[in-house]
Order: sequence, then structure tokens, then C-alpha cells
Amino acid sequence: MNEMQFLTWVRGPGLDIAIGIFLLGVLWRLIEIYTLGRKQDVAPGRQRDGASGLHTVFRRSVPPPGMVRKSPVTYIGGYVFHIGLAIIVFLFAPHIALIRDLTGLSWPGLPSQFVDLVTVVTMAAMVVVLFDRINKPAKRYLSTFQDWFTWTLTFLPVLTGWMAVQHLLLPYTTMLALHILSVELLLIFLPFTKLFHTFTVFGSRWYLGKINGHRGVPV
Amino acid sequence: MSDKNSGLIASLAHQGISRRTFMKYCATLASMMALPPSAGRAMAEAMAAARRPSVIWLPFQECTGCTESITRSHSPSLEGLIFDAISLDYQETLMAAAGHQAEEALEKAIEENKGKFVLIIDGSVATGLDGAYSCIAGRTNLELLKRVAPHAGAIVAMGSCAAFGGIPKANPNPTAAVAVTDIIKDKPVVNIPGCPPIPVVMTGVLAHYLTFGSLPELDKLGRPKAFYGETIHDRCYRRPFYDQGKFAKTFDDEGARKGWCLFELGCKGPVTYNACATVKWNGGTSWPVESGHGCLGCSEPDFWDGGGFYRALSMPADPLKMAATAAVVGTAAGVAATFANRAKKGAAKSAHETVTLADLEK
Ligand code: SF4
Ligand code: SF4
Repeated sequence: MNEMQFLTWVRGPGLDIAIGIFLLGVLWRLIEIYTLGRKQDVAPGRQRDGASGLHTVFRRSVPPPGMVRKSPVTYIGGYVFHIGLAIIVFLFAPHIALIRDLTGLSWPGLPSQFVDLVTVVTMAAMVVVLFDRINKPAKRYLSTFQDWFTWTLTFLPVLTGWMAVQHLLLPYTTMLALHILSVELLLIFLPFTKLFHTFTVFGSRWYLGKINGHRGVPV
Repeated sequence: MSDKNSGLIASLAHQGISRRTFMKYCATLASMMALPPSAGRAMAEAMAAARRPSVIWLPFQECTGCTESITRSHSPSLEGLIFDAISLDYQETLMAAAGHQAEEALEKAIEENKGKFVLIIDGSVATGLDGAYSCIAGRTNLELLKRVAPHAGAIVAMGSCAAFGGIPKANPNPTAAVAVTDIIKDKPVVNIPGCPPIPVVMTGVLAHYLTFGSLPELDKLGRPKAFYGETIHDRCYRRPFYDQGKFAKTFDDEGARKGWCLFELGCKGPVTYNACATVKWNGGTSWPVESGHGCLGCSEPDFWDGGGFYRALSMPADPLKMAATAAVVGTAAGVAATFANRAKKGAAKSAHETVTLADLEK
């Protein structure tokens, strides 16, 4: 298989398989999770300001007071790479072309040099966050195989995409194919690992906020 | 095509090309090939003095586009004239001789120039039905290649078909077409892919061979690095628009009129190594992207099966076939899991025994 055939494979059958598994997994897990339900809480609800699902969705998106100072790497690093990933995935023109092709939706992109800069910053943040996880005994203790695995799954597409654009190590064609392949791996594993939080994060915040809100506890 | 003993320069002079023009051409050629300026002089001298090199051109499964590209690029092109000046001992399309005479010329050329002649091949080699899909004078292309190649001084696979199989090899490849390098494994082959290839690349390779007696430096795919060292995208004059995120969305929208990047219209420039963006076509007049059409990737292997000329590189190469089924299966799995969970909960509920105070006191 030459590099062009490799590229055509990842753009064709490879993508087909990856998106298939992704869709299957996402629908399966979303339906399963959201139909689980809860036992009805028969106690009368208590009202308190700021105690609701919606409140929690917002409250949990900003760091609690004092926490940024306490663990700056976790918060700042976390914000930087999450926002960075969103910019790279949704505002790089070739990515928008893909989204438009798959869904019909499109929006303007950002200049590639800017996305390039964001990519470097994102990678740096991810590396810092990883080192923090290794360095801090508590974090290391709490880490399982899945944590290292999902970090790698997320990092590889960013790294290969950047290397392709920068013409590093391998010819562009091969690197582009590897980039697409790494995205496909990410798509395949996303529904079945903690990366599924991309779909459930706000739902679970809402859920927590609502249960506790019923008890009059703003969380 | 005769008078082999007069030098190339004499033959060119005969056609009104002055020595000066020729020297200038060689200097340009040398600089295109990233050779030092002295090489241009050396090339001019070697080519001028060279006994007209004997060339055997074997046309296999091809469309003659490659021959057209060289002989009629624009008239009169220097490439064309040099091409006229070489001693083309065998070329089906251009030679006057036909039938047995032509075959005799071929055998004679092989005998007379053993180990020295340049063998140019255009077209892919059919291997299906023992090669019977493409024959010349009762011999299959495969037989002919195996007969001629061992005696060649240099082998040039001209065009994407000879270099990589090209259109004949496109899915489903009915003739089991292969590239020259799939057959000739024990000799270096220069691949000059392109559909058609840029004429100056062939003269460049020829000049290099005549001057230095060797082939130019080649990349992994056997292409002269001097011409195939960079992608179209990296030398494209529309690149600033790509970087700014300005794309033509259709062939007649405002972006197209303003000359914005053609990536979204399927341009394969980013993965295509060729010299169009710098050398251009038709004597430097223009080139495909300049005329408003994306690069097809014609100098890359299997460009014909690259998922459609009008689909951006970041778009799926094939329509997604599994998505609908996957969505149905995923939904079914989710619903099944729901029922399983409900059943589990129900079972737990009915198995639940109420603990009374009396029980605790037991
Ligand atoms: S037109 Fe093609 S080669 Fe030129 S910048 Fe755009 S994508 Fe690259
Ligand atoms: S622009 Fe691309 S498709 Fe067109 S001739 Fe050049 S390499 Fe081939």
C-alpha cells in the first residue's frame, strides 16, 4: 500500500468504519444513560436560590473560589486545552469542510497561522497537565490505564495534524493519513471511555444539580 | 530522424535555434534542477557535442497524451525541438516506418546501441491474460519490455501510466495493468509522472544523462527530486488565501472570481508533488490552478482512485455506507440495554423484602 492508497483508505473505508462505530456507541450509551432514571424522591422539594440543574451546569463550568490558586495547573491547563481543542476542531477551515460535507452546516474558519499557534499552546497545556498527573502523588494514585490511554488518544490527532501542516518527520501525505487515522481511533474509543464526557458533561451536571436542588442544596 | 553523427547543436542550429538560446535554455534547465550554474554550461557542452542519443520509445497502454505534451506543448518549444533532434529510433506514433520495417528498426536500434540507448516508456503494462490486452506486432507489451529493457542504458517511465499504472490501473483494473517498475526490478527507472507530465522534466532528465552519464537524484517514488521535491500547495500562488481561510465554494462564486484557494473544490495540491506551480504549462503561460481548477493530483500514484476530483481532501473519499445501519444498531442496543436495566431494577424491586422492626429484633 503506498501513501496515497493509505490516505484514500483512511478517507474512505477507515472513516466509514470509525464513524459507524462512533454513531453506534454514542446512540447506545446516550439512550442507555438517559433512560436509566432514578427512583422517585417522595420527600417534598425544598426551594433555595441557586439550587437547580441549570445553576449547576454554569457553576461547575467556572472554578470554585480559591481553587485556581490551589491547583493552577489543573484549572488553567484544563481550560486552555479544552478551549484550544474546540478552536482546532471547529474553526480550522479543512475541518469545517468535513463538517459541512457530513452535516450540511458550516461557518467561517480562522486563519491557519492562528490555528497553528493555538495548536502549539494546546499541546503545551496537554503536556503540562500530563506531567502534573505524573508528578502529584494523589493524581497519580487516582489515575488508571484509561486516563493515560485517553490522554494519548486526544493528543495524537493534535500532534499529527500539526506535524503534517509543518511538514515534520514524514511526507505530508503520510502524516495527513496518520492524522486522519488517529482521529478515527479517537472516534472509535470515544463512546466507550471517559471521553464520552463530551456528550454527557452538561447532562450529568444538570442531573447532579437537580437532585441536590430538590433537597435545597446548591452544588 | 537520421544523420546520427551530427551533434545535437548542429541539428538545433539547422532549425534556427542559436547557440546562445540553447545555452540559455541549458542554464535555466540547470537552475530548475537545482544544479550549480556551471552545470548549465556543462550540460550545454555535453548536449552540443553528444552524438545524437538513440532513444527507443515504447508506447504501451496509453492515450498518446504524453507524446502530445512533449511534441506539441507550444510551437516551437525547445523541448519539442530537442525531442526532434534526438535520434528517435523507434516510436510507434511518430515514426514513418510501419509494420515489419518498424520492428526491424527496433531490433537494429537495440543491437547498435546496446547498453547506451535511452528507453522511454509511456503507458502501463497489461499483465492480465498474459499481457494479451495490449500487443504490438504480435508481441505483448510485457514481452517487449522484457526484451528491450535489459539492453537499455537508462529507462524512463514517462507519464503516470508508465510510472504508477495510471488510468488503466484505476479500479477495477480490467487488464491487470502495472507500472514499469513492477516488471523491471533490477535496473533504476526514472519515473516522470503526470497526466501528462511536464515536458521540461523529460529534457531535464535527458540532459542530465547526457552530461553526467547518470540519472538525476530521485525520490522514494523514483521521481527526479529537482522537479518533484515540493508539493503544488507549497508553491501555489493561491496559498495566502488558503492560510487566510478564504476559499472558493463553487466555480463561479465571488471567491472563485477573486482567485481564492480551491481546496474546498477538491484541490489535491497539498498531497501532490510536481512542478506545475513553478514551471507552469505551455511555455510558462499558465497552469491548472491559475486557470481556476484544482489540482487533480495527477503525478501521484492512483490519483484516479483518490475519492473524487471535486471532494476536498478533508472530506470522506467514499460516501459513508455504515452510518445509517450503525445508527439503527446503536439505537437498538440502547433500547435493549434500557429494557435489560429496567428488568434488573424490577427484579431487584420484587426481590426486595421489607424489613420490619420485628425482624431487627430477632
Ligand atoms: S489552490 Fe490548491 S494548491 Fe493552491 S493553495 Fe489552495 S489547496 Fe493549495
Ligand atoms: S496541477 Fe496537479 S493535476 Fe494539474 S497537471 Fe499539475 S500535478 Fe497534474
